[in-house]
Amino acid sequence: MKLIKIDQQNWNTGIEKAKSAYRVFGPVKEKNDYEFKVLGTNEMPDLNFRNTRLSPKSIIYPQSQVMFTYSIDETKDDCRIMKEVENVTSPMAIIGVRPCDALSFPIVRRNFDTPEYQDTYWIKAYEATTFVGLACNSACDTCFCTSAGTGPFGEEGLDVLIIKDGDDFYTKIITPKGEAFAESAGWGKKEQTDITAKIKELKTAAEASVSSTVSTDKLKNKTILDLYDAPFWEEEAFACINCGTCTYVCPTCWCFDVQDETHGKSGIRMRNWDSCMFPLFTHHASGHNPRNNKYERVRQRFMHKLKYYVDKYDSGIQCVGCGRCIRLCPVNIDIRKICDKMNSFDTESCKCEATSS
Amino acid sequence: MKEYTEKIREIAKRLLNDGTVDMVIGFRKGTLPMMNQPHIATCTDSADELMWDSNCGLNLANYVTDRKEKIGIVAKGCDSRNLVTHVIENKIKRDQLYIIGIPCSGMIDHHKITAMFDTDITSVKESGESITISGNDFSKKLIKQDVLCENCAACTHRNPVEYDELVADLVEEQTDVDPYESVTEIESMDAEEKWNYFEDLISPCIRCYACRNACPLCYCPTCFVDESTPQWVGKSQDPIDVRTFHLLRAFHCAGRCTDCGACERVCPMGIKIREFTKKLNKDCLELYGWEAGLSLDERPPLDTFKTDDPDEFIK
Repeated sequence: MKLIKIDQQNWNTGIEKAKSAYRVFGPVKEKNDYEFKVLGTNEMPDLNFRNTRLSPKSIIYPQSQVMFTYSIDETKDDCRIMKEVENVTSPMAIIGVRPCDALSFPIVRRNFDTPEYQDTYWIKAYEATTFVGLACNSACDTCFCTSAGTGPFGEEGLDVLIIKDGDDFYTKIITPKGEAFAESAGWGKKEQTDITAKIKELKTAAEASVSSTVSTDKLKNKTILDLYDAPFWEEEAFACINCGTCTYVCPTCWCFDVQDETHGKSGIRMRNWDSCMFPLFTHHASGHNPRNNKYERVRQRFMHKLKYYVDKYDSGIQCVGCGRCIRLCPVNIDIRKICDKMNSFDTESCKCEATSS
Repeated sequence: MKEYTEKIREIAKRLLNDGTVDMVIGFRKGTLPMMNQPHIATCTDSADELMWDSNCGLNLANYVTDRKEKIGIVAKGCDSRNLVTHVIENKIKRDQLYIIGIPCSGMIDHHKITAMFDTDITSVKESGESITISGNDFSKKLIKQDVLCENCAACTHRNPVEYDELVADLVEEQTDVDPYESVTEIESMDAEEKWNYFEDLISPCIRCYACRNACPLCYCPTCFVDESTPQWVGKSQDPIDVRTFHLLRAFHCAGRCTDCGACERVCPMGIKIREFTKKLNKDCLELYGWEAGLSLDERPPLDTFKTDDPDEFIK
């Protein structure tokens, strides 16, 4: 790991230089909010954002992604043969990834990159990408990253961490990928500087600004079926309208659905983000829906993130504490509240009658 | 608003205790400022969670669709109009409902207020016609009228049209407002400008369907975008499919929409979805003299006909 200090001018020229070797993405203000976009010539990432409305998930894992093409023209030899689309990804760099969002990539990787299953689309895009993080000097009210395995200066999932102090950019180069990025930005030969104390000071202040916490310590020891049958699901799910907002804005939601679309004689097979909030999610071909009721779908989302994932991977919860689902849920379903309910749920003390809905 | 809250709780407890209803649907306080949560109260304790303020903009008619119980429901003007529409469309029976009418002075626009400040808003306090917004290092007083949701600012049906009991005296209805101002502007555009306007309008859409799911009119057992045999609409981000969704949904609401604004309130991307439905509301008003949900005795113009229909083909 190397620590360097970059001034505003070197930052600007470095980002510009890096564009010759990478497709550079960064936060850009659009209408009222910030989104990650490819930066054109002389376009700089706008680092005045708190966090982007949508996470950078879609850069690695697009909402709609074509995987195969096919023809249904009977006169052709390749009729009904699925042909994989060219899956080559050129180097990308995402500037300004917040530490919470950075942690989502190692979490999602546990699903897409396993010995049994290799999702080449996700893996190739992930491997081609350098993650240049931006530490949070102060947290939002809905941030609970310090309860979710990271923090405002968290480094997991990042290749470079930038800490902004006034006009200075303290740059922590964490991985060889990060070194290569610094090299192409022209920051490679910069002298290492001793800014450790200053960074520590900023980090302590940032961590103190995280006002929201959740308890996750007891989730692992709970029995799955006790939580599954807990009496609070129907009441907590009452307000839910079963839209896909929480899952689409979530950096760690990874479910997708495969669809064929035929136009004339040719077609594409693609995958689109799916959402466990939708009635069609895992709707069987027979017509049977294992989660036919709203509360069952709400339960699935929280059980997946806060219990099934916890049990399966033993690496904490499938949530990074970014708070997007809390801020954007139209009916104020708050994962912090549900998580605390699950964590403190005690079958013995809760013999009360469930509120029906 | 404190009086409203107290009255709602008092009525809810009475109705639950004397068995008039099995449940009361209203709002409870949310975990964030300006975010209240639809709530179902089935006992005295949960009735004490019921509350009212200017952040109750969701349409509660959405929560009674096809229910079989006897339901007490808190309803401002627009909710009551959607309850009327629900009754007309056989989604609930009038005698299943005990409507607790809320004379409404408008809901505040949390999107607009959030965008006014660079840092987190930690508290929003109402006092009469003023709203005090506070954060860690600021406090600002706003006039409620200036930060109303657009549909509330131009609302002409603030009082419930159908109710069993009111929580307060009726409020004065607004008469000097034009709900269709933006529609008139768009109507004056040429075809290309209109196309570009609507393309830009829906370009941020992520197809989460929050607008559809928050809408009390969207109760189809399977929405046309979810049909798979045959599949009418593609599921990707293809602009043709995104357009199809918004346009078809809007047309499906023609003559039924009460401009409650739930669709815009819930959109995570801040899309002004009412630009579609408002045009159809205006058409219904101009062609048929119709506004949705004002009477239990009349069916919406698009599922009936009259001999004085402005079109020739029907005669």
